[in-house]
Amino acid sequence: MTLNQTLISVRGLKTHFFTDEGVVKAVDGVDFDIPRGKTLCVVGESGSGKSVTARSIMQLIDRPGKIVAGEVLYYREEGKPIDIVQLGNTGKDIRSIRGNDISLIFQEPMTALSPIHTIGNQVTEAILLHQAITKEEATERAIQMLARVGIPKPKERMTSYPFELSGGMRQRVCIAMALVCEPVLLIADEPTTALDVTTQANILDLIFDLQQEMGMSVMFITHDLGVVAEIADEVVVMYLGQVVEQSDVDTIFHNPKHPYTQALLKSIPKLDLEERHRLEQIRGMVPHPFNRPSGCSFHTRCEQIMRGTCERITPQYLELEPGHSVRCLLYQDEAKEVNA
Amino acid sequence: MIPTIIAISIVSFVIIQLPPGDYLTSLVSGMAAQGETVDRASLKALEERYGLGQPLYIQYWLWVKGIITKGDFGDSFEWNLPVNKLIWDRLGLTFLLSLSTLIFIWIVSFPIGIYSAIRKYSVGDYIATFIGFIGLAIPNFLMALVLMYIGFKYFGHSVGGLFSPEYIDAPWSLAKVGDLMNHLWIPMVVLGTAGTAGLIRIMRANLLDELYRPYVVTARAKGMAEWRLLLKYPVRVALNPFISTVGWVLPTLVSGATITAIVLSLPTTGPLLFKALLSQDMYLAGSFIMMLSILTVIGTLISDILLAWLDPRIRLK
Repeated sequence: MTLNQTLISVRGLKTHFFTDEGVVKAVDGVDFDIPRGKTLCVVGESGSGKSVTARSIMQLIDRPGKIVAGEVLYYREEGKPIDIVQLGNTGKDIRSIRGNDISLIFQEPMTALSPIHTIGNQVTEAILLHQAITKEEATERAIQMLARVGIPKPKERMTSYPFELSGGMRQRVCIAMALVCEPVLLIADEPTTALDVTTQANILDLIFDLQQEMGMSVMFITHDLGVVAEIADEVVVMYLGQVVEQSDVDTIFHNPKHPYTQALLKSIPKLDLEERHRLEQIRGMVPHPFNRPSGCSFHTRCEQIMRGTCERITPQYLELEPGHSVRCLLYQDEAKEVNA
Repeated sequence: MIPTIIAISIVSFVIIQLPPGDYLTSLVSGMAAQGETVDRASLKALEERYGLGQPLYIQYWLWVKGIITKGDFGDSFEWNLPVNKLIWDRLGLTFLLSLSTLIFIWIVSFPIGIYSAIRKYSVGDYIATFIGFIGLAIPNFLMALVLMYIGFKYFGHSVGGLFSPEYIDAPWSLAKVGDLMNHLWIPMVVLGTAGTAGLIRIMRANLLDELYRPYVVTARAKGMAEWRLLLKYPVRVALNPFISTVGWVLPTLVSGATITAIVLSLPTTGPLLFKALLSQDMYLAGSFIMMLSILTVIGTLISDILLAWLDPRIRLK
């Protein structure tokens, strides 16, 4: 992938939480690229560090969390790339990127909006923070944006409060708020998990219609592989704070290399299964974050474990073929040959 | 609200009637003991006016009728003056003192509460907590004595009261108001400390609840500056319980101030009510109890109105 096709390049990112009980390595050395104008899906079980990775990109890590290493390079249309990690998390520089270049929508549209401010207030605020226009113009823009995300009677809705809207409508408001400054990257952190299935489909369609119109990149965090198959260009699979595999979506579904990816795919419910066939599942549980297994962190649950090797040696994250990287000892010799 | 006030008036009346005997009998027996004779005619007039000796509900009715039709709360037997003349001055000062104490409490506890929540477990938070708990733990009258000593020793104030001696009977003037302000701070601080400590803790706890809500992250993700977003979002939401405390702070300020007021010899309602209760000066005591209760009801009403104005969820749901 050449540089100008890449929008964001995450390198060696480590975000740790320093709690009283010990250090939780929520994100522990993550590398991936977000392609310009495309959709990157990040999949993984709960606690794999997907959300923390997303928030690290925007420098939205609350104490006791801290980005301890790595860089997040943001390639603008022109000029040198900016390392977002170096901008700190409260200064003017990072604030001019947040909401303007990179936006975020959340899983919970119920709580992501302030309960005591009107929709109009919260959407226009997003505009006024980044653009030198009058309140009237901002209000006009906000109404247009609400109409664009499919909110009926947008003018009347401007004076409504979030509790007067349904979950789907609130998520539309969040999307309007995130996209009103036309960002180059939208990070969607499980935006449909809290909604019912029909609404989910509508919201997904909406996000990708807007993506076509505005030409932005989308980083979509989900654990729903069905959604991934539908929308992704690139896929990143995470396990225990590390990327275990990244590739384009076809390769992930048809030629997965990492045993974890393979296991995830096998656990998708299928309609054509015989009766009384049990649903495949990955055996065991995600290890406790304080008890990270030695060697390959997945070896405790791996079907293809090489006894005596996987417990001792930490696998490298290596490129198997162009655009397809895997972190697994099964391919380590092969990968070395390719690299050599 | 109206039924509440009617109920309050009945209860206040019953309470002051509960102890056996009344002021008139003790007056008569006191005078008789000293060998004086009581003027039967004036005694008769008093009995008639208040319906003494008649059933309770008639006495109550006479009292209430006087209040509603003539604004007449009856006479204080002890002071030999209409209750009217005695209470309004004191109620005014009490109200002034309560209001300024409330404002003092807010001004102090609001920023400290916010600071304590945002810098949780920092040195400043611990210091604020420490001072707060000390403020809660020290009895008001002790604090009053200490502050009185400080005020006298270092600032040369006259001890106690709300006015310097030369102003007590003087008509209202700018100089008198200035003198009042000079004296007001001691009772304000004394009465306010416990409330301040409480409100700091309330503000801190409320804000901590709101500080990590997703809508705060949303605001941050929009690119808002930290202080602006803190004040606009979590602090605004955390303000609700802060406002509803007006409802209970107002009456505790008015009634709980009695001991402090006695120690500081403040011309507020507390000491007068206390004396009136001791000497069974029933119309004075009854009127006070009723006025204080009505103040409480008004305080609650004000806090409800403020809440509805502040929070659309209360207004619209």
